[in-house]
Amino acid sequence: MTAIDTSHDHHDEGSFLDRKGMGLWSTIWDWATTVDHKKIGIMYLFAVLTMFFIGGVAGLAIRAELLEPMRTSADGATTGVMINFGSPVQDPDTGEMIRDYTVTPNAAGNTFNRMFTLHGAVMVFMFIVPAVPASLGNFFLPIMIGAKDVAFPKLNLFSWYIYVTGSLFGVIGLILGGADTGWTFYTPYSIQTDADFWRVTLMVMAAFILGFSSILTGLNFVVTVHKLRAPGVGWFDMPLFIWAMYATSIIQVLATPVIGITLLLLVFERLFRIGIFDPSLGGDAVLYQHFFWFYSHPVVYVMILPGMGIISELLAVHGRKHIFGYRAIAFSSLGIAAVSFLVWGHHLFTAMSPLASMVFSALTFLVAIPTAIKVFNWIATLYKASIALNTPMLYALGFLFLFSIGGLTGLPLATLATDLHLHDSYFVVAHFHYVMMGGTVIAFIGGLHHWWPKMFGRMYNERVGIIAFALVFIGFNVTFFTQFFLGTQGMPRRYASYVDEFQIYHQISTYGSWVLGLGFMLHLGNFIHSLLAGPKAPPNPWGGLSLEWETESPPCAHNFHHEPLIKHGPYDFETVVPPHCSEQDFPLPKQH
Amino acid sequence: MSTINAHHTPGAKPMRWETYKHEHHWRTAADEFDAAKLGMWLFLTTEVLLFGGIFCAYAIFRMMYPEAFTNGSSYLDWRIGLINTIVLLISSFTVAMSVRCAQLNQQFWLKANLIITLICAALFVVIKLTFEYIPKLSQGKAPGTWFSYPYAHHPEEPIWWGIYYAGTGIHALHVFIGAGLLIWVLVRSFKGIYGPKNYTMVETSGLYWHLVDLVWIFLFPLLYLIH
Repeated sequence: MTAIDTSHDHHDEGSFLDRKGMGLWSTIWDWATTVDHKKIGIMYLFAVLTMFFIGGVAGLAIRAELLEPMRTSADGATTGVMINFGSPVQDPDTGEMIRDYTVTPNAAGNTFNRMFTLHGAVMVFMFIVPAVPASLGNFFLPIMIGAKDVAFPKLNLFSWYIYVTGSLFGVIGLILGGADTGWTFYTPYSIQTDADFWRVTLMVMAAFILGFSSILTGLNFVVTVHKLRAPGVGWFDMPLFIWAMYATSIIQVLATPVIGITLLLLVFERLFRIGIFDPSLGGDAVLYQHFFWFYSHPVVYVMILPGMGIISELLAVHGRKHIFGYRAIAFSSLGIAAVSFLVWGHHLFTAMSPLASMVFSALTFLVAIPTAIKVFNWIATLYKASIALNTPMLYALGFLFLFSIGGLTGLPLATLATDLHLHDSYFVVAHFHYVMMGGTVIAFIGGLHHWWPKMFGRMYNERVGIIAFALVFIGFNVTFFTQFFLGTQGMPRRYASYVDEFQIYHQISTYGSWVLGLGFMLHLGNFIHSLLAGPKAPPNPWGGLSLEWETESPPCAHNFHHEPLIKHGPYDFETVVPPHCSEQDFPLPKQH
Repeated sequence: MSTINAHHTPGAKPMRWETYKHEHHWRTAADEFDAAKLGMWLFLTTEVLLFGGIFCAYAIFRMMYPEAFTNGSSYLDWRIGLINTIVLLISSFTVAMSVRCAQLNQQFWLKANLIITLICAALFVVIKLTFEYIPKLSQGKAPGTWFSYPYAHHPEEPIWWGIYYAGTGIHALHVFIGAGLLIWVLVRSFKGIYGPKNYTMVETSGLYWHLVDLVWIFLFPLLYLIH
């Protein structure tokens, strides 16, 4: 059992990032027309991080507004537009047309509504759904199964352009004033609001277009995993990240078309008033909710499953221990994917018969089983592991802590009796932020640190990474744990004003959001510094055993100089010296 | 394979399908072909789920407003629907034959079958417009707020028309997409790109066209035949 030596086989082929003497414009053209999954992954990474920034700013704005019980920061912009271009009026003195930037007060909280819709829609459709699959997944899925590229490279590039087009629709909708419907676009409000404007329609179209990009990515990954595994990579030789991506892709392919038709009908509804979701025309608004959640609940697992896949990698590599319960973790990914399609009804308990509610409640509890299987296996992996407390590992441990809180607080929401009290409150907000942000975003940032040296060939500063992790972890808990208290005491979600007694919690939460934002900014600075001046990364800085660590950092254009030979599993840390590493750096455990 | 190549006189320029080389990230051309087919089947799954939403909405509104829906389908002439069904079934047959012709290197019939398929597609759209959409819309049988038909039997008839136009409209959109794909295949088949060694696009576009047919096979009885 030895690592594969690639040193004797150096071609002239440089890294995929190598500009090969091209000028600026030809480099840009080269990237814009590339079919290399690595470059597309990096383009996705920049696109989703941009969206994360926009959505994050909106989130911070929401928190700033909630600092005071009465409306504060948004008071100046109550026209319902977030960017004030002014309205044309006649100057009373000169008679010429000028723009009037003063605003008149109208419906309170209008801007607040647009801000949380922006935050939700951007974070869900443009950031968290594509975040891990389209960036890290695109980059590493082919490499980790020993392939040269994804199955359909041109389709992959096409999906990136669809993503950008969809995001542009969203951004144009935002510049025109943004939607005030909430990211769920519930009818009939979403049909009637801003009827004279295109902005809601544009937002809905954006989500519809982004769905295509999501389907194409998922389809590409399913076919890639089926057809492009290198010889010797059986299904159970794949890293667990690939299993998670596979389960994710299945959900993307099967759930997204339903939101497609739903949003398309909603666009028809807005443009032509066909009445299917409009009660005033005999339509059914609850039908919309069923359709919407038939996609949007499974898509919650599109968000979390890739994060779970990352955690399996981080814990094993940085704990230097064979993953505990490989098959259990692999199959629980598929189990989550299967159950995910049966639980959408818990988003509309109050719009169903008691029997249907009980059935959906029971099915919702089922999700806890495969999830708990994963968590227990991860903790068992950590037992007697030689844990390196670096940034990726800290994020993995943070994930276990935060995701468990997020998962366990889901149970009172699945319980009919308690949900009656907690639904539509800040308890729900806190719950899904613990899962989505404490789960997926934390895993994403951890994975980004783990694979950063491989992607860009540069190391990041470990000390800064750890400090930023501490800020993110503390800031996150301060921001969102307080919201559990707010929710149980009756603070409803999506309100700009509140009674005075809640102020202390809102203040703590807002202060926490600043710490959180600071932590992310520190990470950003660390990454930029790494790109500009970071030390060169060795091919295998962490002593990993999966295939991406066999090739150099960053990988060459075709990922491997010759088709990789599989001589060990991705988690055989007890028996294999990692490729490109010496036994002094990564000692094998003493045999008893 | 050798009998196929026997058409050529020695030294003649080979057709483009004969020199087809699979893309470099595949190990074999067979792998590439299988992958393309799997990809298209997955995509068809998404299409079925997309139309599944329409069918689900149809079922729910039929249960909610049975009279409006029974009455609504009586506005539609089943003979027109049947003719369009036959047109699409013929086109499905010819598109399947075009795949076979590509496999057997019958270049003339490959193109001929594709052209017949496209004529059927055009015929379908023309029949739909001249006998259904245009006369019905001019009578005021329109969806939702646009509904102005004065002799409506039932207050929920606008919903029926909403489902009718949404379902057949999205289907018609798929007819256009499928025809666009087939036009592309036809143009390329004039360049001799498709043959026994490379007929992936003919096959996958054909699969897509079958889906267009299949959806209509469900729309036809649901909208025209159930009273």
